[in-house]
Parts: sequence; structure tokens; C-alpha cells
Amino acid sequence: MVEFGGWEMPVSYAGIIAEHNAVRGAAGLFDVSHMGEFIVSGADTWQFLRRVVTNNCARLAPDGVLYTVMCNDDGTVVDDLLVSRLGDDRAMLVVNAANIEKDFAHIDAMRRGGVTLENASDAYALLAVQGPKSRDVIRACPSLAPFHETIQSLAYYRYARADTPVGAVTVSRTGYTGEVGYEVFVAPQHAETLWREILQCGAPYGILPVGLAARDTLRFEACFALYGHELDDQTTPLEAGLRWVVKFKNGGFRGYDALLAEKEEGSKKQLVGLEIEGRNIARQGNPIVRDEAPVGHVTSGSFSPTLRKSLALGYVESPALESDDVFGVDNGRKILPAHRVDIPFYPSRAAGD
Amino acid sequence: MDQSNIRFTKDHEWIRVDGDSGEAVVGITDFAAGELGDIVFVELPDVGESVTAGETMGTIEAVKTVADVYAPASGKVVAVNEELEDAPDRVNASPFDEGWFVRVELSDPEQLDALMNAEAYRDMTGQS
Repeated sequence: MVEFGGWEMPVSYAGIIAEHNAVRGAAGLFDVSHMGEFIVSGADTWQFLRRVVTNNCARLAPDGVLYTVMCNDDGTVVDDLLVSRLGDDRAMLVVNAANIEKDFAHIDAMRRGGVTLENASDAYALLAVQGPKSRDVIRACPSLAPFHETIQSLAYYRYARADTPVGAVTVSRTGYTGEVGYEVFVAPQHAETLWREILQCGAPYGILPVGLAARDTLRFEACFALYGHELDDQTTPLEAGLRWVVKFKNGGFRGYDALLAEKEEGSKKQLVGLEIEGRNIARQGNPIVRDEAPVGHVTSGSFSPTLRKSLALGYVESPALESDDVFGVDNGRKILPAHRVDIPFYPSRAAGD
Repeated sequence: MDQSNIRFTKDHEWIRVDGDSGEAVVGITDFAAGELGDIVFVELPDVGESVTAGETMGTIEAVKTVADVYAPASGKVVAVNEELEDAPDRVNASPFDEGWFVRVELSDPEQLDALMNAEAYRDMTGQS
């Protein structure tokens, strides 16, 4: 168990590689209750959120969820988050655990009358069921009976709500693993019951509980950004390869001017994938070098259990990317030869059947 | 398992003398392997290289961290566990047996007297 964002959480249960492989091949259960949930409500909710986040919330279906970032005036990222449409005057934001206080203050400072902001994090536990067998697992759980008929047709980035034997439950088809999966919001007093039930009823499908370390290797292979690594307050979404969540045509969001200028002038640095030659692992902070001069830094590095090679994500100054694909990574002991590869390393299957 | 002929370092290496051969086998303990988690690569010295007590002689890459391996005693490497090349997980599965690292011809066997015995090591790691 380790301290993570103010919570005590398991690094692994059975072993990182075993848990990782279970999610890719069968199913895994994650306790992600540490995440923060905010409720934004009031008549001006959606007008307000248009200023706060870069993605276009006006396109959200009544049961829709979207992924976005929210930025400072200079276009740097405050956090990445999910926004769900709960109603014409109500939204739920799911934010990173480590950023709960910062995000709340940021959004609150932008708020005017007509919009209420509530930190509802303590009202929600969150369990993620992820993997090709995740639908089978959900259908096997009596407490999730109201979702049994509809889970097959719940579309990617949509949610459903129902009253169940474990109280009000929301299931959203979202996740952080690159596999088909669901995130289940439940009241904290029922979380342990549901956790045990999912593991027990999911056992025939090979479900394993999954800790923080495998959560990281899974999202790393799929090249999903992790705040504090690929995203921080020195980085813009354009640099991070998140151009798709910045809706310039919709506009009106904080950071618009800075990001528009970056789009027109080009980014100073870019997130790239590197394959490391040999079996040493690149780690966060390792300098990326060319001809012995630093041209960037590693944001995340790992052995990839699925691809069975040493890979890294990192930022490289744009000029260095134009000339060549060959780099070195300084791991503090030696320079590891590396070359640029396309990302994502593991294309996400989450939207598939 | 009989740990009466094994000694331990504070950095969680073990060294087991092989009878009167003047040689000893070195590895890391179950405690260390458990702390590291899944090991994906072990970098070891080559046969013929000299190692010096207390100095680094290799590196272990685990999924979530990297750790140095320190030589428990001085000598010359006479064998390296080639199995670890393709199966580094042997270290996690069998740290005292199939997960051995190197066999060393000891230059000064008395260095081992300064190392911990099994009981002292278990005390240190809170396993007793």
C-alpha cells in the first residue's frame, strides 16, 4: 500500500504483469474512488462550462460524457477531466485526485451568479471494470441487474443510471486502460459490498483486482496522458497531442488566445513515443539527448507487458524532431539508444465491440 | 530451507558458500524481490570480471523501479545465471534458488563473517 493523492492505495495485488495481462485478456477491477467529483448546477451551467473547458460540451447527448482539459490563460493545463451531462442545468465533472483542491479553486474563481459548484467527491465511490470480459462480469452481478439488458448497447462515452440493491448506481462506458470497460459510481457505504460481489461473480471470467502499478502500465501502453507526467502547468494540450479536445471553432474557453497562437505558430515541444533498444527502462525525468545535448525529457517510461519491450513517452523540442528519429535516453547510468515510434503504442479497443 | 550457510547484506543480497570450493553463489532475497515487484531485466557482470565487496556489480530493472546490486564479497565472477536473460521473473519466483545471479571465486572468504546471518537479516526486515 502507498500514499497516493491523500489516499492509501495498493500498488499491486497478484503482481503487476499478471494484473495487466488480466485486463487485456479478461477483466480487471480497479478501486478508483480517490478521483474527485464536482457537481455544477444552475441555469447557466453549460454557458459557464464553455468557458472552463476546451472541449465542446454543447455537443453532449443527454446521457453523454466527454474528455477534456481545462487551461490557464497561457494555455497550460490545470487538469484533464471528464464532463457528464446530467441535465440542462446540471453537470458532473470527474477530476484527478491529486488536483481536487486546485481544480475546485480554479473553477470557483471563474464562477459568477447563476452557477453553483459543489465538491461531491465524498458522496461517490468509483469502481472500474475493464477488459474484454467486462460486460460478462457486469451481467453476472445481481446488484447490477438493472444494467444487464442494456450494457451490451451502452455506447462508448455514454452512461446509464439505475436504482439497485446497492442504491443509486451510475455506469459509464469510460476507462483508462485501452480496453472495453465501465466505471461504476456507487455510494461509499455500498462500495465494499459491490467490490466483493464483482470479484466473486466475475471470477469465472478471470477477473483480478488491479492496483496502481498495472493501472499505469495499461494507460501508458495506450498513451493516455497522466497529469503530473504528460500534462502539467508547463504544458499545453497541443504539445500533449490533445488537439482533438481543443475545439477552436466553438471557442470561448479560457486559454483560447494562447492556444490559437500556438496552433498558428507551431508548438515548441511535442509528445513523442520512443522505443528503447535493449532491456533497460527509461524513467520519468530522464533527459532525452541527441549528440550528447539534451533535447527533451521522459514523462513516462516502462517495460510494456503486452508489447514486451521498453518504451517511453516524452517531450522533445520541435526542431530536434524535424531532422531525425534517433535519440538517446540518459538513465543516470548510461545513454540508452532509442528511436521514435508512432503513438499510441497499443491502439485502444475501448470503443469497439 | 536451510539458511545456515547463507549470509545477508543490508542491501538485501544473499551469498551462499559452496562447501570447500572457495566459491559462493549470490542473489537477492525474497524480501527484495517482493519490494521490487515484477523484475524485467537483470544486468550482471561478465564471467571473468572482478567484483568488490560493497560496490555495485549490476542493476535490476523492475516495472516500477530500478535498483543496484552490490557485491557481498570480493572475488572473480566464474559463472552468470544465463536463464535470467529470457526469464528474469525467475528472480521473483525463486530468489534463493533458480533466481541466482552470479557465482564468485572469493578472494577473501573472511569478508563473510561481517555479514548478517539469517536470523539477523529477518530481524532487520521485520520478518521474524
